[in-house]
Amino acid sequence: MNINLTLFGQLISFLFFIWFCKKFVWTAIIHSMEERQKKIADGLDAADRASRDLELAQEKATEQLKEAKQEASSIIEQANKRANQIVDEAKEQARAEGDRLKVAAQAEIEQEMNRAKEELRNSVAALALAGAEKVLKANIDESANRALVDDLAAQL
Amino acid sequence: MAGDTQQTGTEYIQHHLTNLTYGQHPENGWSFAHNAQEAAEMGFMAVNVDSLGWSIGLGLLFAFLFRCAAKRATTGIPSGWQNFAEMMVEFVDGTVKDSFHGRNPWIAPMALTIFVWVFLMNLMDLIPVDIIPWLMSLGGVHFQKIVPSTDPNITLGMALAVFGMILYYSIKVKGIGGFVGELTLQPFGAKNPVVQAIFVPINLALELVGLLAKPFSLGLRLFGNMYAGEMIFILIAMMYSAGWVLGTFGGALQLGWAIFHILIITLQAFIFMVLTIVYLSMAHEDH
Repeated sequence: MNINLTLFGQLISFLFFIWFCKKFVWTAIIHSMEERQKKIADGLDAADRASRDLELAQEKATEQLKEAKQEASSIIEQANKRANQIVDEAKEQARAEGDRLKVAAQAEIEQEMNRAKEELRNSVAALALAGAEKVLKANIDESANRALVDDLAAQL
Repeated sequence: MAGDTQQTGTEYIQHHLTNLTYGQHPENGWSFAHNAQEAAEMGFMAVNVDSLGWSIGLGLLFAFLFRCAAKRATTGIPSGWQNFAEMMVEFVDGTVKDSFHGRNPWIAPMALTIFVWVFLMNLMDLIPVDIIPWLMSLGGVHFQKIVPSTDPNITLGMALAVFGMILYYSIKVKGIGGFVGELTLQPFGAKNPVVQAIFVPINLALELVGLLAKPFSLGLRLFGNMYAGEMIFILIAMMYSAGWVLGTFGGALQLGWAIFHILIITLQAFIFMVLTIVYLSMAHEDH
């Protein structure tokens, strides 16, 4: 247990090993550890960002789906409305056409009837006259009775 | 017990506590000392070959192991030894960041060197005390102390290096004036220049004691703990020659003490490292 040169031997080797450790060990290991830390941090960041992006995309997709549904329903509604409108229009047209036809038919019927009446009236007048002529055979003043017969014929 | 059966207990202990010393003997010139007395007569011009050899060998082991880890250091997934080395580096880095507040790239590698190297030196204590001296004696080497940290030369040598660094950084950070001021103008200070002049020698005495106590306590703490531990191992080893009952008991004791000693060697390495960091941190603090 004598203090001797060993003291300085140890001192010098101590300084040497510190230098060695600093130069060849510490820097390399710390450097790679820091690099790895950065890599991990970057990776976590990227994962965070990706999950945020995913959420955003999902939201967007849902929104678009909703919009599309809305549009579809509005289109269907419009189509329904338009169909109803078309049906209504068609009904209206049909009714108008029917009315028109009815009116025309009625007018024709009336016309026919009037013509028939006129014909009938003429025929009755002639027939009555002929009949009366035959029945009476007498000298009845034709012009005197004429008004009477016409009056009769008009009542038909 | 190794060696001659005629050895007494005292001789056995002394034999185990004698370094293999090579030095300049007043009569024999440069040679290995044949006994403790010759080693003492060599005075300062001698080297404890065993302490220094094991110390440097373990230092090289540390350098080699950590150099391997540093060479294979990747930013990918670490494995095996690299994992362990990185764990140590991270642990030391954390300790340094906790206690050292300046910016000095040398502190952390120094702390790692101290922690691992001192731990390895202390670890030699767990090797049964007789094995290596016996193997060496087969090769004709009669003295061998394999635990470098039980040699005050080793621990004080490191403490002296730390002391040198304390002085260097104190002067570098504070300047010579600042450092001298720190030694002379506190803890007692006065506005009156005459009173201050009286205080200067008192302050200097107090601060010098404090300053010198740092390396001494640092070196002697490690030495004392390891020396005591080594001594207990030697005393336990003596029981092996006292019959099989005491021998068995000694075996149990040795196992128990070795397990407890694992704690001590780690703790002492850690304390040496932390105190060094703290001392250097104090040297960096400018008042």
